[in-house]
Amino acid sequence: MKDELKKRIITGPDGFEFEVDPLNDYYCDAPPKVHPPAYVKIVEDLFNWARSESIWILGFGTGCGAIEMRPLMTPRFDAYRYGVQWRPTPRQSNLFIISGYLSVKTLKRVIRSYEQMQSPKYVIGLGSCTINGGMYWDSYNTIKKLDEYLPVDLYIAGCMPRPEALLKGFEDLKKIIRAGEGEGANIYAKNFDWYKANQKKVIQDWDMPDYNW
Amino acid sequence: MRTLYAELNKRFPLGELTVQREDLGFITVEREHLRALLLHLRDLEGFTHLVLLTAVDWMEEGIFQLTYLLSDRKKRRDLGLRVMIARDGASMETVHDVWPTAATYQRELCEMFGIDFPDSPGVHDPFILEGWTDIPPYRREFDTKKYADETFTHRAGRETNDPAEYMKKQLYPDGA
Repeated sequence: MKDELKKRIITGPDGFEFEVDPLNDYYCDAPPKVHPPAYVKIVEDLFNWARSESIWILGFGTGCGAIEMRPLMTPRFDAYRYGVQWRPTPRQSNLFIISGYLSVKTLKRVIRSYEQMQSPKYVIGLGSCTINGGMYWDSYNTIKKLDEYLPVDLYIAGCMPRPEALLKGFEDLKKIIRAGEGEGANIYAKNFDWYKANQKKVIQDWDMPDYNW
Repeated sequence: MRTLYAELNKRFPLGELTVQREDLGFITVEREHLRALLLHLRDLEGFTHLVLLTAVDWMEEGIFQLTYLLSDRKKRRDLGLRVMIARDGASMETVHDVWPTAATYQRELCEMFGIDFPDSPGVHDPFILEGWTDIPPYRREFDTKKYADETFTHRAGRETNDPAEYMKKQLYPDGA
């Protein structure tokens, strides 16, 4: 574990000594909970319709696929007309697009960002690297199956998929959400131990709490 | 490039010269002359920056080849210096005080090839790999496919049907 994450006594600028335990002070390590539907079906359907019409994407490009987002968010393909927009922080977004290959180092940041997002949240795997490793199938440093580490709602195949394919993917995701099948956050909470075991298998220096939000 | 080589050869014992292009050459040098040569090229010959520092693993010969590629913007020429070091317990003198950019390259080489550069700032900090426990991945004895198979789960491949086999099965199901 890194030195800055260890429990230690710190002297403040005013000479006052206090104890700092970063892993417990800065994170909450309560496990995630499954959120069952709270209302009758017709109200849930209305909620799902509203959710599907406001897909907010976390602006986190993990690999080369991030370059496809730029024409998508600018006037040429203009995804904003479908209610899709990009947000700067995980707290404001509900869709995580894993855009391309995911190295082990990035996976660690992706897990932290994903867990910080508010439920209900969705994950799209973009490009063949997220499906089976793609051209990095024998690489020592990229994961091969994204759904081992995060609950994936939808894959968009291609290397790289064009922005049109992403627009079609958003439409498909909307159908999934409207049908009430966008349950990624609940699947993650239900199979939390399995996901954590998979994540820890590849991330050798696990220096964060199991659930950080 | 040949005039520069002749010029340098008066002051330093140099090895083989490879002229790749009129403006790009490589010279093999001994490791103890490297620092003096780098200083000479920077201060007297006017080379303006270190383009890259990289390594080649000659596993069969038991050596690492370090290549220091220098560029001279004004005279539009590039010169690479090749230094051969032993592969076992590979270690090399740092040149970050001559070219500050070298510190980053040395950090990368330390991680990917396991070449140590004592006194180079932050050389042992993780660079790309975090918590790496295996042998450095750019060493040629590292089997990347074997490592990937052991570490990561692979998705099963798709099913394919050979047309001839498939039709045979359709038309003659009892294998006649």
